[in-house]
Amino acid sequence: MSDLIRLKDIYKIYHLGEIDLPVLKGVSLAVGRGELVALMGASGSGKSTLMNILGCLDHPTTGEYWLDGQDISHHGPRERARLRNRTFGFVFQSFNLLPRMSALENVVMPMDYAHKHAPEAQRRQRALDMLAKVGLAGRSHHQPSQLSGGEQQRVAIARSLINSPSILLADEPTGNLDSSTSEEILAMFKVLNQEDGITIILVTHDPTVAGYARRVIRMKDGLVQESGGAA
Amino acid sequence: MKATVILRTATRALRRNVLRTLLTTLGIVIGVGAVITMMEIGNGATRAIQRTLTSIGANTLAIIPGAQNVGGINFGIGSQTTLTPKDAEAITRECAAVANVSPVVRARTQIVFGNRNWVPTYIYGTDPAFLEVRDWADMDAGTAFTEQDVRNLSKVCLVGRTIVRELFGGVSPIGKEVRIRNVAFKVIGVLGPKGANMMGMDQDDTLLAPWTTIKFRVVATSLSSGNQSALNSANTTEVNSLSNLYPNVAGSTNTITLYPTQSSNELADVPQPIRFANVDQIMANARSAEDIPTAIQEINSVLRESHHLKPGDLNDFTVRDMTEITKAMSSTTELITKLLMYVAMISLIVGGVGIMNIMLVSVTERTREIGLRMAVGAEPGDILRQFLAEAIALCLLGGVMGIAAGRGASIIVSRLLHWPTMPSVGAIVTAVVVSASVGVIFGFYPAWKGSRLDPIDALRYE
Repeated sequence: MSDLIRLKDIYKIYHLGEIDLPVLKGVSLAVGRGELVALMGASGSGKSTLMNILGCLDHPTTGEYWLDGQDISHHGPRERARLRNRTFGFVFQSFNLLPRMSALENVVMPMDYAHKHAPEAQRRQRALDMLAKVGLAGRSHHQPSQLSGGEQQRVAIARSLINSPSILLADEPTGNLDSSTSEEILAMFKVLNQEDGITIILVTHDPTVAGYARRVIRMKDGLVQESGGAA
Repeated sequence: MKATVILRTATRALRRNVLRTLLTTLGIVIGVGAVITMMEIGNGATRAIQRTLTSIGANTLAIIPGAQNVGGINFGIGSQTTLTPKDAEAITRECAAVANVSPVVRARTQIVFGNRNWVPTYIYGTDPAFLEVRDWADMDAGTAFTEQDVRNLSKVCLVGRTIVRELFGGVSPIGKEVRIRNVAFKVIGVLGPKGANMMGMDQDDTLLAPWTTIKFRVVATSLSSGNQSALNSANTTEVNSLSNLYPNVAGSTNTITLYPTQSSNELADVPQPIRFANVDQIMANARSAEDIPTAIQEINSVLRESHHLKPGDLNDFTVRDMTEITKAMSSTTELITKLLMYVAMISLIVGGVGIMNIMLVSVTERTREIGLRMAVGAEPGDILRQFLAEAIALCLLGGVMGIAAGRGASIIVSRLLHWPTMPSVGAIVTAVVVSASVGVIFGFYPAWKGSRLDPIDALRYE
């Protein structure tokens, strides 16, 4: 049981009035510690739903979810919030930075919900370090609207890393970026994976993006078609 | 999430749209301001009315001896000679609810100054505490007499304004002497104006002197002046001749004597009537309007004991108060104050609804923010606290501005309209508590709604 993430027979069924709409139909997969995985599939294949379940934003209708050897399928909203805060980092396609807050404040924000209370100065310093790490040392007091798309995504990455997560979930992280910026972002993911040992799951439909991953999981119609060779 | 962080997040969110924040709090500002202004004006009015009531003696208790019944003839209330200055002392000593006590000896007779004379409505023999009892300590001129004057039977007196006008022609009477039944009293003070009492009697037509002087030098006994039927043998008028009745009887006038006149030696041998040290009534005032019932109870028990009344015996005295008038007047102001308060409270509720409205808009507007915060680890409780803190901060901000507005308004009212207002700490505390609870009550629903959002839906919200 050395896998960091282990899913077994995950079903997710949405109830739309009278009709039951199954989105995930028995997904089983395992992701080891330190992997860089791409989750591919056409829209409607259930990859976003799977990512939400992986990121503890949602819970499966049935099935088991083992995280680091612990069954978390039946965790309540509070425990899942705690996991999202400490174990997972999220990077979204649309960046999801809070407008009218500086890059620094955006990066500090997840620490507000971490239950270890560091002094204010220490928290700011940590956020500044994080921004420096993603190459935005001089732009910490800019608001998102004053930053380019690539810079915004870097702020989002800094934010996702602030609580030292072990897993980074990126949902189409380059979907809104031009190709050269995309490359920079993806290179950054690679560095994070290799140097910091963070497990990264990239959700994408772009084969170029998937090319950066060491392993590709393909989804179709709510099922894992091909989980690649276990690295 | 730490409280300081919650507070910082809330203030930052409120600062983001200053105009909206100010407009939202306006309802609370007006509500709290109105509550404070109303309470201050109401308190001022109550205080003013209480002062008026005190000046006409609303807190005053009159202790009057009971009725004397001799051979089937009832002489009416006050005709018994049961009250003594000792009773006054006992009340002072033992009744906690009584502020001041003073004995009163009444007289009604002519007073003379130079070639003028006048019969004041009230000639009271009393002690210095009387001025406290009747809230009359503000003298127009001169000073009050002292306990020493009472002990020494000093022939000094205080006169009211009406007497100054009628007897002295408006000239300051200080240091002048008036004669009361041929006893010369030096005027040492002029009483402050008081006007008519509730019965329409002119209270400025009063002469005050030490009760001992009035008792022993002027009226000799209270009953002789108070009640014609009770004239007693101590009367000094001697009839030892029939010459007034039969002036033309043979022989020289004034030679017919009915009995031999007493020599001075013989007079000295005749035992004098005992000096009854009874007083006509005792005046007392309760510490406050609320203390009146307690004061009456205490006086009753003290006097029953000092008069050695057995259980079951009727009281040989009566305690009278002006409760009804006090009640009627203060209940009116209280009613008006409460009414105004309720009206002001309604505007607070309206302000609260306004806050709820804006908070609902704010939650909807910031759905994505809520989703993101949840995605990075905010628990539903964190979101609830955040929005609740915003609502409470809004209300407290409104409360503080409302306090300033209310105080300002009441200062303006007292300056421009000359209405009596009274700053009230209670009003400010109430305002803060009420605005905070308005924040909790009206902020809870929007905050709860925000906390119940699903993170996935919230993140996807456009």
